[in-house]
Amino acid sequence: MKLALNEKAQLEGLAKNDKEIIESIYASHYNMVQSLVVNNSGSYDDARDIFQETMIVLYEKARSGSFELNCQLKTYIYSVSRRLWLKKLNQSQRYVSDIGNIFDTVPVDEQLEQHDQQNNDFSMMEKAMSGLGEPCKTLLEAFYIQKRSMTDIAGQFGYTNADNAKNQKYKCLARLRKLFFAQYKNK
Amino acid sequence: MRSTRTNNRNTKTNNTVMQDLQLLENVERYLRKEMTSDEALAFEQLRKDDPEVDQMVVEHTLFLEQLSVYGERKLFKSELNEIHNRLSGQGLVHKTPAPGKVVSIFKRYKRVTAVAASIAGITTLLIAGMTMYYSRKVNTAEIEQLRREFKQEVAKRTNEVYNKVKDRFPTKAPENALPISGGTGFLIDGKGYLVTNAHVVKGSKSVIIQNNKGQQFRASIVYENELTDIAILKVEDNDFKNNPVVPYNIRKSGPELGESLFTLGFPREEIVYNEGYMSAKTGFNGDTLSCQIGVAANPGNSGGPVFNKNGEVIGIINTRQVQAQGVVFAINSKNIYAALQEIRKDKSNDTSIQSMKLPTASVLKGLDRVQQIRRIEDCVFMVKSY
Repeated sequence: MKLALNEKAQLEGLAKNDKEIIESIYASHYNMVQSLVVNNSGSYDDARDIFQETMIVLYEKARSGSFELNCQLKTYIYSVSRRLWLKKLNQSQRYVSDIGNIFDTVPVDEQLEQHDQQNNDFSMMEKAMSGLGEPCKTLLEAFYIQKRSMTDIAGQFGYTNADNAKNQKYKCLARLRKLFFAQYKNK
Repeated sequence: MRSTRTNNRNTKTNNTVMQDLQLLENVERYLRKEMTSDEALAFEQLRKDDPEVDQMVVEHTLFLEQLSVYGERKLFKSELNEIHNRLSGQGLVHKTPAPGKVVSIFKRYKRVTAVAASIAGITTLLIAGMTMYYSRKVNTAEIEQLRREFKQEVAKRTNEVYNKVKDRFPTKAPENALPISGGTGFLIDGKGYLVTNAHVVKGSKSVIIQNNKGQQFRASIVYENELTDIAILKVEDNDFKNNPVVPYNIRKSGPELGESLFTLGFPREEIVYNEGYMSAKTGFNGDTLSCQIGVAANPGNSGGPVFNKNGEVIGIINTRQVQAQGVVFAINSKNIYAALQEIRKDKSNDTSIQSMKLPTASVLKGLDRVQQIRRIEDCVFMVKSY
């Protein structure tokens, strides 16, 4: 178990996408969340989903820079997971008796609201991306997500030069924008 | 090249696709700070001049941010999955602790199990109920069987009478053969020509006719028309005594709506009389060869004559509608004339049929029904085809 002093460092590492630190957080807190979910009519896959979503919440908080952890990391993770799981149970209308608190919790509703908004944006982008089709999707992902250079991408996709690949990229980008903003308007 | 954009402002409002793409490229280069300082200055000027371009820059900034958040999260997710798989491989993350699983499955499906159990209970009750219901039905069937045996006894008794008759009149049926179908036929000529339905004798190898006394005679088919459903048989048996007078005639005109009529036929081993009326001038689905009559008819009535009150043959019963009660169809009697004309055209037939004349006058007019039937019944035969 890491000491509380280390937890700030852990969050910093998480924000920097430090793999070792992510893994250590994962390893030290996963089982707690798993027992929470599994003991409250969830499956192992549910536990995994809940824990990973909690990690995403934590990751986004850590990256925002303005996040101040004023309790133990363990308590925070437990609170978020518990909240997320209760929400999921409510959505699926699965019968549940009150989830007992094994550990202390902190109020996280406000932070989760923000997370919900981000989730929404994410799924909108995901939808737009999947509506894009190939090779546009892979092309854009290579450039904007994997941050590869245009020459590199041109070579992989078989474009004769980087300029052609670039042109294609802009066409794809224009389409993605259209799909994405169309969902905004529909809301 | 970038500066041409400002000059092309007017064409830009035409919104051609190329220009949109070019603008997008400029916006992105600007945001990525890939522009030379001159280009950047020119572009900033453009932003100031054109609120549309400015809006697009703001919009695209937001969009790129969304895209990068999306990308980061996607990468992070796959990383988490990787970690999860690695950890569960090392056994640090428990995948399936055995006892916990059973408990958790029970907990998870508690409600479902309860529902399933109650459904099973209901089903059991239902099956039990059904079993009782059907077993009761079997009981009633047993009672019916007793009744049927009683019926069979009656049938046996009539058969005894029938057998005595058979002793008197030797059977002409082929040995060990069962009749494939049966119907009714009636004489149209004293020399032994009968009319019946073509479907009665269809596919038969030999035809036997039997009168109401149980006497049997061999007959051959001289004419068959499946379209009009008329067949003409000739009795070819030395035992058959010529019946010089056929008491009824065959009407040439069509049916008259509402006229009362009666039928004679062999739905059983016994000749059966029935009364009815002319219901419609056409038959099933507007068939003009036949007409609809309202009379009780059963299997075996096929080929039976339909008489009007004067004792004229006005039709031949051939079908009934299954879904409806008392809807029976009969072939118009004028079709018999048409059939005979066809036979006469065929010169291969023997002279007796060539010269045959159908009875034109009924001697039954004005007689009461019992007298009429007494005269007619000798001319109506059961037709059995083997």
